[in-house]
Amino acid sequence: MSTNPVSTGPLLEIENLEVGFRAGKDLLTAVDGASLTIYPGQTIAIVGESGSGKSTLAHAVIGLLPGNGQITGGAIKFEGTDISHANRSQIMALRGSSIGLVPQDPMSNLNPLWRVGTQIKEALVANGVATGSAADKRVVELLEEAGLPDAERRARQYPHEFSGGMRQRALIAMGLAARPKLLIADEPTSALDVTVQKQILDHLDTLTESLGVAVMLITHDLGLAAERADHLVVMYRGKIVESGPAREILQRPEHPYTKRLVAKAPSLTSQRLSSVAAARAEVREQAVQTAAEIAAEVAHSATVLGEGVDDILVVDNLTKVFTLRGARPWQKVDFAAVEDVSFRLRRGTTMAIVGESGSGKSTVARMVLDLLPPTAGRIEFDGHDLRDLKTKAERLKLRRQMQPVFQNPYASLDPLYSIYQSIEEPLRTHDVGTKKEREAKVRDLLDKVSLPTTVMGRYPGELSGGQRQRVAIARALALDPEVVICDEAVSALDVLVQAQILELLNDLQAELGLSYLFITHDLAVVRQIADDVLVMQDGKVVEAASVSQVFDNPSQDYTRRLLDAIPGASIQLGL
Amino acid sequence: MPDIRPGQERFVAPIDETPLRAIDAVNVDAVPENQWKEAWKRLRTSPLFWLATAILVVIALMIFFPSLFTSADPERASLDNSFGPASDGHPFGFTQQGADVWARTVHGARASVTIGLLTTILTALLGMITGAIAGYYGGLMDTLISRFSDIFFSIPLLLACIVVISVLNNTFPNRGFWGSVMVVVLALATFAWPQITRQMRGAVLEIKNLEFVDAATAIGASKMKNLRRHIVPNALAPVIVASTISLGVFIVAESSLSFLGLGLPSNVVSWGNDISAAQNQVRSGQNLDVMFVPAAALAFTVLGFILLGEAVREALDPKARKK
Repeated sequence: MSTNPVSTGPLLEIENLEVGFRAGKDLLTAVDGASLTIYPGQTIAIVGESGSGKSTLAHAVIGLLPGNGQITGGAIKFEGTDISHANRSQIMALRGSSIGLVPQDPMSNLNPLWRVGTQIKEALVANGVATGSAADKRVVELLEEAGLPDAERRARQYPHEFSGGMRQRALIAMGLAARPKLLIADEPTSALDVTVQKQILDHLDTLTESLGVAVMLITHDLGLAAERADHLVVMYRGKIVESGPAREILQRPEHPYTKRLVAKAPSLTSQRLSSVAAARAEVREQAVQTAAEIAAEVAHSATVLGEGVDDILVVDNLTKVFTLRGARPWQKVDFAAVEDVSFRLRRGTTMAIVGESGSGKSTVARMVLDLLPPTAGRIEFDGHDLRDLKTKAERLKLRRQMQPVFQNPYASLDPLYSIYQSIEEPLRTHDVGTKKEREAKVRDLLDKVSLPTTVMGRYPGELSGGQRQRVAIARALALDPEVVICDEAVSALDVLVQAQILELLNDLQAELGLSYLFITHDLAVVRQIADDVLVMQDGKVVEAASVSQVFDNPSQDYTRRLLDAIPGASIQLGL
Repeated sequence: MPDIRPGQERFVAPIDETPLRAIDAVNVDAVPENQWKEAWKRLRTSPLFWLATAILVVIALMIFFPSLFTSADPERASLDNSFGPASDGHPFGFTQQGADVWARTVHGARASVTIGLLTTILTALLGMITGAIAGYYGGLMDTLISRFSDIFFSIPLLLACIVVISVLNNTFPNRGFWGSVMVVVLALATFAWPQITRQMRGAVLEIKNLEFVDAATAIGASKMKNLRRHIVPNALAPVIVASTISLGVFIVAESSLSFLGLGLPSNVVSWGNDISAAQNQVRSGQNLDVMFVPAAALAFTVLGFILLGEAVREALDPKARKK
């Protein structure tokens, strides 16, 4: 392929594009009158929540709409030629050689049965770039270019031998194999850890710049989009609501939806130090006060487990060792998932445990919840060592006072249970009240999490991720617990929904005096909810401090890297 | 700030064209649904399901009200009529023994379908219980059940049944209708359950790791309660599908056994026995209906159950769902 031709005309022009999906007899509009322009070598970003039509728009460009999708109007001009109604062979000729794609999920987009090198070679051969041993050589060059060390050996490995970040690099190598003029990157890093995300995006930036490739970056994160692209396109419910220079949009958003995004996106909010910190301090003050009243009651109550001490949860030298299968039969290898972790959770406050995947943070949560026995160390709930709880009744009491909210809103509710049954389950398990009283309680709980009582008869499949997470919170609150353990409770949600759930958690903490153990990989949300932070890496605590200390004055390199990786951190906001 | 190029000017959509909605608003008008209701909705619209139902309704009527189809007695035979052609009231003529072919086919439905249904229920129960225990408790329990079921899986179904039934035939001769049916059912079920065990074990393994199971444990639900209330109901779909499909297989197996003279004793009216008795007629060429009519009834019944299994599979398959 030749180098980037010097041309002043646009590379891609989308004019009033309309895309519909056929569902039975109805035609549902997914993209409604979208127009945008990309020039050679330029990076633009399309921002929107799930269901906004951003991926559909990208798939229409590369002719990858699913069978029931079709372009119903408008034009897609690539280098001046309309490709919106191109036939199969024309689209095939464009794919790879003119328009490349980096797909969203690096875990499922490589064939596990083929070597990585073979899959990249396939892209080269299909586009007629190279064949035979010339292609093999090119594969190694491409992998090196994508930033994979020891590329020759890597090319002969299978996808399962690669980490998520390495797979995404391989997919980038594949997308750029035939030197396309336009690269469509569909949420290329949302499945990856933040530090890996930053590395990959940095690399993609330098690579596309040196090759002169235009990039259409699709993301749900406004901060990330503004940091990486010159031109922003904001989509909302199938329409483009605002577009223009990235900086301008961020500093002076005009459409209400963009304003909302700028105001609420955690990666951006976390910069507005003073206002967030003040709001958080207010919540904490109220929560601590309510919690103290509850503690006084608990101390005198015989039915509730606990002494009403200040540190409701004390974890000392907690260690978990898993025994894995070794390289040879009957050989066992010990793997320490959590090593010597200690912390104290004060009543009415939030302790955040931050770390990347594999850091052992969820294992800590499971041990605290008494779902997994620790190998060594001590967990004390309100003055009672968990190991001393021998009888079933004592364990049930503990369960009542400590409840979890899990990460995956699609798996944390039983799909066969109605919303009412799900929230009522803890009450029934503990024989609380009569049927009438339980129903009243469920209504009250739904009200607390701002869901209409009409959802009681519905099933989880009919609710959105955020709504299910509210149901999960209502279920966790059913037994009036004192501690709620949120294991990545907002990670799977869209930014606006994420902000909404965080607000809800804050309100509930102030109202009910709850103490949270908040597990997350995303430092951006920590500022909004937490008072103390525990940073974990490879099963060990590397830093433990208050939120302001961690953000303003991190003492560890690792923490600094995590902070740097929050997208949009470098952008000045006009608000 | 870089120069703004044509087509990339600042654009803000008119606000009245793109009104803002509340974040994550609940659709209050939607009708409640659940997995089973949705599955039923898909079943109702499937032509396959209605075809299967039509066939199975006819078969059910044959079993419960044989008099609707024929007035002749399947057991009455007169050698005067041996291989007699079709006549008034006897639409398909007579067998070698001089019994009415149509009457024997209608009455034979009872034995064949009973064996199919009972065997399916028994294998499903055995398979579900063993599979759920193996999948949920894991460890030694899993190893024991899995290896044990592997042993049974490795024995050919019909061969094993032939051995078991010949032994039982010698031990309990003259068992009557229900006795003979139960012998066949037990023999088939003994060797057919491992298939369901595997299905159930796989489904339970997948579901027990989902977060709602952990959530129930954290609420304080015991292991047994969790298994009963959350895991088994969610694991049922694939087992139901496998069972409906195997129903047809069991009916064929019974016929094969009877054909070999091992299934039901010859005094019980059944399709397998009739096809077995009629096999020589293919060569002599006298009244081929003696063989074809019960064979067709068998084929239609199996088709009905397989179609039902297919329709149920489509309705319950999560991949077939829209969301």
